[in-house]
Amino acid sequence: MSRVVISGMGIYSCIGENLEEVKKSLYDGKSGIIYDDERKEFGYRSCLTGMVKDPNLKKLLSRRDRISMGQESKFAYLATIEALKNANIDDQFLHDNEVGILYGNDSTAQSIVQSVDKIRDKKDTNLVGSGAVFQSLNCSVTMNLATLFKLKGINLTVSAACASGSHSVGLGFHLIKSGLQDCIICGGAQEINKLAMASFDGLGVFSVNQDDPTKASRPFDKNRDGLVPSGGAATIILESYESAIKRGANIIGEVVGYGFSSNGDHISTPNVDGPAIAMNKALKQANILPDQIDYVNAHATSTPVGDQNEAKAIYNVFGKSFPYVSSTKSMTGHECWMAGASEIIYSVLMMNNSFIAPNINLEETDEDSAKLNLVKQTLNKNIDVFLSNSFGFGGTNSAIIVKKFE
Amino acid sequence: MDKSIIISKINDFLIDEFEVESEDIQLEANLKDTLELDSLDYVDLVVSVESNFNVKLDAEDFVSVITLKDFYDLIDQKMN
Repeated sequence: MSRVVISGMGIYSCIGENLEEVKKSLYDGKSGIIYDDERKEFGYRSCLTGMVKDPNLKKLLSRRDRISMGQESKFAYLATIEALKNANIDDQFLHDNEVGILYGNDSTAQSIVQSVDKIRDKKDTNLVGSGAVFQSLNCSVTMNLATLFKLKGINLTVSAACASGSHSVGLGFHLIKSGLQDCIICGGAQEINKLAMASFDGLGVFSVNQDDPTKASRPFDKNRDGLVPSGGAATIILESYESAIKRGANIIGEVVGYGFSSNGDHISTPNVDGPAIAMNKALKQANILPDQIDYVNAHATSTPVGDQNEAKAIYNVFGKSFPYVSSTKSMTGHECWMAGASEIIYSVLMMNNSFIAPNINLEETDEDSAKLNLVKQTLNKNIDVFLSNSFGFGGTNSAIIVKKFE
Repeated sequence: MDKSIIISKINDFLIDEFEVESEDIQLEANLKDTLELDSLDYVDLVVSVESNFNVKLDAEDFVSVITLKDFYDLIDQKMN
């Protein structure tokens, strides 16, 4: 069985458009949350969101290439350009090797709404344009990136709500570990626009703490009142140890465990046992004990029930070993389909730069979060091994364990 | 619509939407080569013609279109 390493990363997020910017924001505890006026008029209950610029790719890609890309594909393209550069993988390597893509994505709402509106208006499907179908399919990101980078390996979108990005890394880990692939572009993308998040807002689970947007996302804080949606894209290059060594890659981490489970319970309310099973499975696969985990990047989205149940699950799994815990969603908001991948990147940046980013806005713990070793201020601390949790609607859970490469 | 206006409007969308270099727009230029058209691009050409001239082209309309001049003539014929 191959060892599976991370040989490159790229990020396009509301706390920075590249690894350097994101590293600084994490260290500084900087929030990327804003108030989006457009959402108020549209009928949103909460206008808070993480925000990134809509990329203009005119100088990078031809019209034919761009016309098939919705917002999430553009974000993913930029993150992947950075990740491939970071991994020192060029076009020749992509041409000569069977590189795959497994990317998390679970919506293309803006593209669908806009194209259907056009058809409604014209009453003629012929007038929707050639890009609409490629923008609208849920696999739009992998379809576009596999074409743009001329990939020849596995080509598959992973849709698992807010655990999509994490499962993409877990599944990539298994394909490489079993020897079926040597190099896979993994990650997660999340569109940011009023069409994508309206039905989620309709559930009434977004924070309405709108007076100070940067204070709204407050995972584990007693006074949290809901999550803040966000987005962008995060790309992780997974590679077999042999492939990375053979081409002299700079190895930046090693994936050692992937645990998954399904709650078999409520469609939106998370429970305690499902996440605990996923974490325990990841530990078992990594063949490490709970007290070897230095840091847990919690899924914690800032919803009352979700954070409470995850706090219980983390306590049940780790108990006395008391690893440091923080939720980077306090700064980024909930990056949904992207979150599982971006949070692995955030944690690798912390691990490789010896700090733990703060769970900002944590002023008062509640009964369950008080049992965790929550990080309120940036800690200059060595991390050798971390676990990253991601959970999603339908009760899907994923836990990934990454260790420093030795 | 005057043919010179038709030509001007076509050239505008070829430059703005299809990113054709203005110096490549010549009467005898091969439409397919100039625009580097593949089968999908014809769909977008139909969309542009409809939005600029309110004329709906069918695939068969393109059968006899080889040069840009043929394309101008086709739209002129549909318009007038």
